[in-house]
Amino acid sequence: MIEFRSVSKRFPDGTLAVDDFSLQIPARQVTVLVGSSGSGKTTLLRMINRMVDPTSGTIEIDGHDIAGVEPVRLRRSIGYVMQNSGLLPHRRVIDNIATVPRLTGVPRPVAHQRARELMDTVGLDRSLAERYPGQLSGGQQQRVGVARGLAVDPNILLMDEPFGAVDPIVRSDLQQEVLRLQRELAKTIVFVTHDIDEAFLLGDRVVILESGGHIVQQGTPEEILAAPVNDFVASFIGSDRGKRRLIASERRGRGDDRVLIDAGGYPVGVISAPGGKLASGSASPRSRSISNKTDQAGDA
Amino acid sequence: MVWLWNNLGLVLGLAAEHARLSAIPILVGFAASIPLGWVASRFAWLRGLLLTVFGIVFTIPSLALFVVMPLLLGTRILDDLNVIVALSLYAIAMMLRGAIDGFGSVSPDVLQSATAVGFAAASRFWTVQLPLAGPVLLANLRVVSVSTVSLLSVAALIGKGGLGYLFTNGYQRAFPEEIVIGIVFTLLIAAVFDIVLVLLGRLLLPWSRRAGRAA
Amino acid sequence: MNFFADAFAYILDPAHWAGDPGIAQRIADHLLYTGLSVGIAILIAVPLGLLIGHTGRGRSFVIGLTSAARALPTFGFLLFIVLLAGLGLAPLIAVLVVLAVPPLLAGVYAGIEAVDRQPVDAARALGMSEWQILGRVEIPLGLPLMLGGLRSATLQVIATATVAGYVAQGGLGRYLIEGLARRDYTLAVVGAVLVAALALAIDGLLAVAQKLVQPRGVSRGRARPASTRERRSSRVPAIIRTPTTEGNL
Repeated sequence: MIEFRSVSKRFPDGTLAVDDFSLQIPARQVTVLVGSSGSGKTTLLRMINRMVDPTSGTIEIDGHDIAGVEPVRLRRSIGYVMQNSGLLPHRRVIDNIATVPRLTGVPRPVAHQRARELMDTVGLDRSLAERYPGQLSGGQQQRVGVARGLAVDPNILLMDEPFGAVDPIVRSDLQQEVLRLQRELAKTIVFVTHDIDEAFLLGDRVVILESGGHIVQQGTPEEILAAPVNDFVASFIGSDRGKRRLIASERRGRGDDRVLIDAGGYPVGVISAPGGKLASGSASPRSRSISNKTDQAGDA
Repeated sequence: MVWLWNNLGLVLGLAAEHARLSAIPILVGFAASIPLGWVASRFAWLRGLLLTVFGIVFTIPSLALFVVMPLLLGTRILDDLNVIVALSLYAIAMMLRGAIDGFGSVSPDVLQSATAVGFAAASRFWTVQLPLAGPVLLANLRVVSVSTVSLLSVAALIGKGGLGYLFTNGYQRAFPEEIVIGIVFTLLIAAVFDIVLVLLGRLLLPWSRRAGRAA
Repeated sequence: MNFFADAFAYILDPAHWAGDPGIAQRIADHLLYTGLSVGIAILIAVPLGLLIGHTGRGRSFVIGLTSAARALPTFGFLLFIVLLAGLGLAPLIAVLVVLAVPPLLAGVYAGIEAVDRQPVDAARALGMSEWQILGRVEIPLGLPLMLGGLRSATLQVIATATVAGYVAQGGLGRYLIEGLARRDYTLAVVGAVLVAALALAIDGLLAVAQKLVQPRGVSRGRARPASTRERRSSRVPAIIRTPTTEGNL
């Protein structure tokens, strides 16, 4: 469990990036910090692995104040995935993935073997192992970045807008990969994004931030959607534009299906007949609980 | 300092000659590097060739080039032309990289939109490419200017070094102050040239000032 | 063109190679001056450049130093120092070192500075120590530009060592100086040809070295991918980034 206690960060040039921030991040769940630029979300993330140190307040991981832990040692035990992958361009894919194990003294053959297994885990073809990052597509590079973050099997994985730089189709694939990985591995993931839809998709808990790291609302996606706490949140999630209010339209689909539109009139999907049964005949999906959330991705 | 007042005429005369003998190569270097740089930024093979050729020229130590130039040009050794041509070649060699970078720095999107708006190739060059490449060209030109002014003094060894005469003369007479005066006046000329270039830049490229400092 | 023919005849005559001073001796002198001063300059400039490049502090110092060095008439500076310190190897080497440090420093600094910040940041986040980042990421990626600085510095030194023939007893510059003094134009051309050949040869070797240290997987001239978010400092001007625009003597 990660805990922020009254954390503030003022940068040397005077900007107050984070102002008295407190939060408990539960273990083995995906917590998403979401907000627009300047909300301090990336700063908060980077405080967890001490890339940034707070000017006041403490951060504890599993009860230990990380200010007392040597930063290099700390970082080697936490996975970190960034936008644009940040791969070392002069090292092969397999060496990139094996970076941290090699740093901690794992012999090369062992590290490489584990790297190949990780490539399978993130859905990368093993034939790419000997290539250089410059020869890979954006989506492939991001997968390498994720594999690299998982290489030492850390408990905590930090992801800083990792899918911001790839195109929407690839992004969707990668998001599904994260859901699948979390179902398999159950890590403590702290995920930063400015995309509320991504937050709702991936987050077991979502924390909406305003400038200076002020928490406007936090909760499960359902809680936030059902009851946005103020106009800022409503606007941020699109409620004010009618995006989140769905109505069955007059247009019909197959069988009892009706086209679903939002309050703005934009088509969103198809709703099954009010009988509550999916076309396949099975009952409607279980309501979302933390461990079951990712199962929904596999449902129709 | 007494010496300076007594010989002010000499020093100023040398300074004037120094300014003249270095200004011409700077201008030639700039003027020649524009078409060469533009062409080289368009055609990759030409770029490699030009950079190699001028790279070789640049590698040759200046004294060697000064000595050999009369042979190549068919002039007498005390001709101004030797020094001017040699320094011009160096100036082009130095400017070429900058010119290629400068024209390369013009965003292809801007060029395309200029064509789409209706600019013909020639007017597009003068009104779009050249001005936009301007800041990089200017920055490199300032380097070339300073280097050329400094380089000229070597030519004192063949008798055409402008203020460089004060170096050899001061050395022969074991008179360090004379050398210092030579250095100071050389720096002054370089500074004046630089100020002129900066002012020209402000005049001709007003937008680049807001874009941030280049150096 | 007669002089060229005579000069080549002179050079090809083995008798002129042996002896003191012969061609071989003078080439050796020149190489000694160059190697010694560049070597010392490396000891000074490389640690300093790595420090400034890695921490990002002191870049205006580098820029200022480079500009000042470019403006200083090296010939005058050389004569001045020799007048004060006397003829001898030490003052000569000292002057050459002073002239070699700025371009070398600029090259090392530019090499580190040009490395994309993202892999560096990622390396730090993964848990590399600062030394490891320097050694495994910044130096390998910055090596080509650093060698560019070395090329520039070496050229500067070779050229100044040539001109130093005016005050020194050794080096290929003596052919030029003596030739000019005695109006023996052939001799001067001999010097010109030899020193040009030496400079081209050494520069050629360094150019090959520069190609060899280009890290695999990174294309030439790009130590960074297309996206350039998160730049730590503003762009280094091209003049410093491509140190071959340093004035040479």
